[in-house]
Amino acid sequence: MVVKSESKSRSLYSNRNLWSGILFGIGLIAFIDEAVFHQLLRWHHFYDKSTTDIGLISDGLFHAFSWFATIGGLFLFADLRRRNALWITRWWGGVLLGAGGFQLYDGIIQHKLMRIHQIRYVENVFIYDLVWNTIAVLTIIIGLILVARTRNRLQRGKDLSYEYQ
Amino acid sequence: MNISKYFDHAAETYNFTAIGINTQLFLALPFMLALVMYILAVILSNRRHKPWPMYCIVYWIFGVFFATIAVAGPLANRATVDFTVHMFGHLFLGMLAPLLMALAAPMTLMLRTLSVPSARRLSRVLRSWPLRMFSHPVLASVLNIGGLWLLYTTNLYSLMHENILLYLIVHIHVFLAGYSFTVSMIYIDPIPHRTPFLYRAIVFVVALAGHGILAKYIYAHPPKGVPVDQAQLGGLIMYYGGDMIDIVIIFILCLHWFKATRPQIRLAESQ
Repeated sequence: MVVKSESKSRSLYSNRNLWSGILFGIGLIAFIDEAVFHQLLRWHHFYDKSTTDIGLISDGLFHAFSWFATIGGLFLFADLRRRNALWITRWWGGVLLGAGGFQLYDGIIQHKLMRIHQIRYVENVFIYDLVWNTIAVLTIIIGLILVARTRNRLQRGKDLSYEYQ
Repeated sequence: MNISKYFDHAAETYNFTAIGINTQLFLALPFMLALVMYILAVILSNRRHKPWPMYCIVYWIFGVFFATIAVAGPLANRATVDFTVHMFGHLFLGMLAPLLMALAAPMTLMLRTLSVPSARRLSRVLRSWPLRMFSHPVLASVLNIGGLWLLYTTNLYSLMHENILLYLIVHIHVFLAGYSFTVSMIYIDPIPHRTPFLYRAIVFVVALAGHGILAKYIYAHPPKGVPVDQAQLGGLIMYYGGDMIDIVIIFILCLHWFKATRPQIRLAESQ
């Protein structure tokens, strides 16, 4: 066989499709957070005096990781394309999972527990938190559905691994 | 003179002294020498080999330029009294100049210029344990980011402006640590003891995080002798400026990974 069919190679690289999506999703949502909420709307503050030490560290690590993940995720995407193994539905599942997961972590752990900054400095910030985290949960649910629907059937995976050894 | 009056005033305010012309020349001279030697090496080696790429020469010239304006001239003068200018100088000397100079592949140029026996001796030096150690991602990151933490969270920053020797050591360290950090992450020149992509990626993320955390720390806790508004602006410049330069390193690191993992055409499959 000269060229692997797309459906077979994408099954082989099913995990890479998922991880490429997750990494890009984390990077994308972090970028939107920075561009829209920090720079354009100026709702988020660069630094909040009530930030805990662990909040500062968590924010620094996630900021650095998301910066790397955006580029790394897109190179993985290019890698899947050149291997003719891109599974776009599964990739989008990963994107939504990564984006929703990071938004939920940001909304619950970083904003509320570590107090790195609030969504907006207004009185009824609770409503903002509610909308923020609800969107995060919905994004995760849609991502999970897409990932579940593109799961390899076990039997097929076994057959393939024999074929390409 | 107006300028000296300005510096007297500044020295009064911050208890800093302006950096003398000798110190500036001493720091700028090695970079000038590096520029001359690079151009000479290009001319000499082009006689025997195919022409050295123009873009490498451009990288080197801009690298030397940014390093030089950070240690000598108006920017370096202003940096002693204005923390935001200091931070631009730091970005130039510790990040942008090392990146541009690493992209110019100076070791490759040197190896092709030297005679074979000298080139062999040079590559033995490159493989020696001290250079191996300093080009290791973890040690390079600790020296680079750890050095910055030491500079901005202790009295070192204000002491540096009172003691010429400390000033020299800090500036030489910032450049050398920045250079060894860059070459430990992206392999443009031949480098002994290569480490895997994932390993470098993880160390890089931790180092970048250390840089960002320090930038926010400076924003919240100004170093001794630095006014709050300058510390805040300086922290922002460090945070976003660092991101801008590091995105180039991340891109090159990922591009090298992308090329190295190119799918191989298997003979068995094509038959």
